[in-house]
Amino acid sequence: MDKRLAPLTVFRLNGAEVAVAPRVGERLSESLRERLGARDVKVGCNAGDCGACTVLVDGDPVCACLMPAQQAAGREVETLAGLVAHEPLAAEMARRFEAQGAAQCGICTPGMMVSAVALLRAVPTPDERQVMDALGGVLCRCTGYRKIIDAVMGRAPAARQDELGHAGAAIEKLDGRPKVAGRERFGDDVAPADALVIRVIRSPYPRARFHFGDLAAFAARPGIAAVLTAADVPGRNLFGTIPGFIDQPVFAEAETRFRGEAVACVVGAPETMALFDPDDFPVNWEPLPDVQNMSDARGAGAPLLHRGRNGNVMCGGFVAHGDVDAALARADVVVEGRFETAFVEHAYIEPEAGFAEVVGGRVEVHACTQAPVMDLETLETVLGMDRAQIRVVPTAAGGGFGAKLDVSVQPFLTIAALKTGRPVRLAYERSESMQSTTKRHPADMRVRIGATQDGKICGLRFDGFFNTGAYASWGPTVANRVPVHASGPYRVPDYRAEATGIHTHCPPAGAFRGFGVPQAAVAQESLFDELADKLGIDRLDFRIRNALRNGEPTVCGQVFEQGVGIGACLEALRPAWETERAAAAVVNAQRDVVKRGVGIAAGWYGCGNTSLPNPSTIKAGVRVDGQIVLHQGAADIGQGANTVIAQIFAQALGVPVRALELVGGDTDVTPDAGKTSASRQTFVTGNAARLAGAALRAEILQRANAGDGATIVTGSGVIEVREDGRVQAIDLAALAEDTQGYVLRSEETYDPPTQPLDENGQGVPYAQFGYAAHLCVLEVDTALGTVTPVKFVAAHDVGRAINPLLVEGQVEGGIAQGMGMALMEEYLPGRTENLHDYLIPTIGDMPPVETLIIEEPDAHGPFGAKGLGEHVLIPTAPAILNAIRDATGVQMRKLPVTPSRLRAALKEADHG
Amino acid sequence: MDYYAPESLSEALDILGRGGVTPLSGGTDFYPALTPGGPRQSLLDITRIAALHGISRQAGGWRIGAATTWSEIARAELPPAFDGLRAAAREVGARQIQNVGTVGGNICNASPAADGVPPLLTLDAEVEIAAAGGTRRMALSGFVTGVRQVALKPGEMVVALHLPDPPETAVGAFRKLGSRAYLVISIAMVAMVLRRDGAGRVDHARIAVGACSPVAQRLGALETALIGARPEEVRVTMANLGALQPIDDVRGSAAYRLDAVREVIARMLREAGDG
Repeated sequence: MDKRLAPLTVFRLNGAEVAVAPRVGERLSESLRERLGARDVKVGCNAGDCGACTVLVDGDPVCACLMPAQQAAGREVETLAGLVAHEPLAAEMARRFEAQGAAQCGICTPGMMVSAVALLRAVPTPDERQVMDALGGVLCRCTGYRKIIDAVMGRAPAARQDELGHAGAAIEKLDGRPKVAGRERFGDDVAPADALVIRVIRSPYPRARFHFGDLAAFAARPGIAAVLTAADVPGRNLFGTIPGFIDQPVFAEAETRFRGEAVACVVGAPETMALFDPDDFPVNWEPLPDVQNMSDARGAGAPLLHRGRNGNVMCGGFVAHGDVDAALARADVVVEGRFETAFVEHAYIEPEAGFAEVVGGRVEVHACTQAPVMDLETLETVLGMDRAQIRVVPTAAGGGFGAKLDVSVQPFLTIAALKTGRPVRLAYERSESMQSTTKRHPADMRVRIGATQDGKICGLRFDGFFNTGAYASWGPTVANRVPVHASGPYRVPDYRAEATGIHTHCPPAGAFRGFGVPQAAVAQESLFDELADKLGIDRLDFRIRNALRNGEPTVCGQVFEQGVGIGACLEALRPAWETERAAAAVVNAQRDVVKRGVGIAAGWYGCGNTSLPNPSTIKAGVRVDGQIVLHQGAADIGQGANTVIAQIFAQALGVPVRALELVGGDTDVTPDAGKTSASRQTFVTGNAARLAGAALRAEILQRANAGDGATIVTGSGVIEVREDGRVQAIDLAALAEDTQGYVLRSEETYDPPTQPLDENGQGVPYAQFGYAAHLCVLEVDTALGTVTPVKFVAAHDVGRAINPLLVEGQVEGGIAQGMGMALMEEYLPGRTENLHDYLIPTIGDMPPVETLIIEEPDAHGPFGAKGLGEHVLIPTAPAILNAIRDATGVQMRKLPVTPSRLRAALKEADHG
Repeated sequence: MDYYAPESLSEALDILGRGGVTPLSGGTDFYPALTPGGPRQSLLDITRIAALHGISRQAGGWRIGAATTWSEIARAELPPAFDGLRAAAREVGARQIQNVGTVGGNICNASPAADGVPPLLTLDAEVEIAAAGGTRRMALSGFVTGVRQVALKPGEMVVALHLPDPPETAVGAFRKLGSRAYLVISIAMVAMVLRRDGAGRVDHARIAVGACSPVAQRLGALETALIGARPEEVRVTMANLGALQPIDDVRGSAAYRLDAVREVIARMLREAGDG
């Protein structure tokens, strides 16, 4: 007689006995999340690759996604929420994570903290290696891990207590507590229990014609609520981001253009969909010839992806200044090179997810996003509905980095909700997230740079092709941005740069931290080292000599009379440059195989849209009970907009930041703060917050008849204005409440002043740039081709650091991404569609980072602040390449620099 | 479809003998390979069978139960010849994987990059295979027959690994080469067990390489060359690596793999000579 486990699986969850009846094969993570409500257990990959779902089983950390639920029978399961609630050690860990800024988006935080608790139970004061070993199984894409290490080791808190919390205060994130307590609600955490589940049917081929079978019969199967195809799109079956380039169908029609493209959705009951095999869906595929790279796509006879885009050219960008050919002809030294980069995956740990429902005839979608109002505008067209009938409620976003600017789940969710009339949910599997969402553009760049004997740049020519994949997405932005930035932050009087986006049958390449600028910097900054060496000038001195200064024109002819901070960034690296170079020389004199190198590189990035309006609006109100409410619509994807915008507003209003209540980017109640991209939120939304705070302050002071030096004190039902010992109370109950429930209200908009670029790219593309320079120390094992970063020193001109702790967090996280791009990341459709074949840095790969904050105030920035989000990874990859060259003499021109590639190059260069 | 979790081996073998079940232990290879819609047949969870757990001393050697986890192996007190196996245990995925992933699962999954196989080959591991009708043993080198292929017949499962006593004073080592620090599939890996006599000359040599051929390989020619020599003096030639047939893939080129393996072996031999 077989002895089977009873269908009920009984175990202890966070100290309480629970019983579930899992399906055969059900993962513990699913039981915990869906049957027991433990949505503090996050699912990032369902393959043990990311560790976000880490729980303790009998005290040992395990991936809940790899454990059959039945294996938990009779055992003790602990999750983050339970640990923080019940165990002092975990509560202490939560406090430390907040104080170090160790949780940015917070999606990996449960896995990190649970792993850390297990470590600290066994080893109360671990060393760094022990922390890495214990947390090595959890991936983080935001923080660069160093602040997590600091938190687990109990190092002195980085955050500062500050009563006011205004600009300059390194306060903890205002929204950090839910992230460390297991209460944060991300895209897949908000659906009601009875929501129908969507599964997307995707093309297994890059290019294929397809024919559906009997969809009606399929839809009539038990448990299936609906089947959706292009025919079910109520409005236009197209979305995109740039006017004139709205070219991507929600569902492909007749032919697909990339592997993973959606052709249909199946909507059904959760228990039905858990057993649904997409191979059972009635569709026949007929693969067609495709082009996977740019040279094939540009070749004669290549299949054309989009009518009217001849040669598969999407569009181009162009900037010319002076006469580059003449300048290069008169240069004393000229260097040139071809550089190639790969598709890079955003690899946020939260796959795209959300839910939608119809409420009172309107459709509401709750999903992770970087751009709630853009989502709403897309849905307006796709659904063919008036925007008043659509509500977008952003959930917490578990990382974004650019790819959550485009819609993903939102069209499917809303169409399904409207069609079924039921709440519906959808969370992408890791593989479909990687197959179908945007990537960083692979670049193929040829660059020529000249200089005269005095060490001055004399001509720079850049010609780059960018693989934009099957659809435009943000490709036009990349094509426009690159020529504006490809000079780097230098004075280049004679310049010509052209960037061209090429369509291929690859996933769409779109926005990714830097919009093509990091790729361009790889080419330009690498060649700068070659140029300096040929001239016999120190590499740092060469950059300083050519660094852009106040009053000098950029390659667009734009002249900043103030705020150009690249010289200060480079100068800040000088001490480290000198000591690290000397130290490397000593080390290298003693060793033959492992060589140490030091590299530097710089970068700049214009904050906000390129020569296009991109206004942000901030609204704030005072309720009759005296509470000040800040409607903060800038999507916080972990970077800290909720904190930074509030700090700026609080300073402008003149109250402590903790006095504010924050309302998020719900499109029903919060005005448009624009998209979280282009390093624009601190700058643009920050200015709107400054104006809104100032306006509210002015109104309050006016009602109290007080001067600008007065102090505003909030209290219950009253606002007091104190000035020179005089206290004036504003009786809020005496004021009329407006339709939004406020007795006082302000709403202000800021749009950065820019001017259009002419046919040569001359004009005023941005109101401000931010500047950066990185130094990398690394070691190359020349016999194995492995690279081990030892240290980074990063100087960033942020104008004014509104929150220095968050600045450091951005810098460290950006460096980790830049390091991944340089050394290991390469997305290959069909081959690296998971997080064990596509590698991002782990905690053991990330060396210490010293962040040097440079504050060269910008006249346009709120309290002088500049954007930072993209700048943080622009210099990283070229600094690494330059350090490799410094160590070995070999210039790597193809990313990523895998051990295999580096070793081959070293052999060619006679390194044994 | 059922989920079986028997507590005795005989029950498990009965269930297995009837067919239509997939044995499952730590799940670390099972779940990543699971396709949408879930498993197509019943699951046989073998983790509750006490006889499959633990490391024990036996006459002439050691027995490691098939469901023994990598964490248990890493923590076990074993002779220095097992240092390579224990080092490999600490490099399987990451802590979460090591806490549930098992040695039996690692060999049955038969990945060319299985971290456990090279060190087990250097320990002359034998696989104990059971079926309802009885048990048999075979060398690990013959058990893994190809990529994702093992010599199990229907109704059979691996119950243990048997490792004969290595020569006293033999020392093991393991080196994994990957593109990042944790959670990494090997580009190549090398396991080694060497013993040196009083004069520092090798009198017992086992060297195995993983991720450079469909199945991890012992390097017989190199082992022979080592006998009677000081390890640091032996030059690793391409001829020594003849058993390897690496491929080009996303992790590295075939040429790189051979080049790197030669270097890694040379370093390990130098370190053995210094030790």
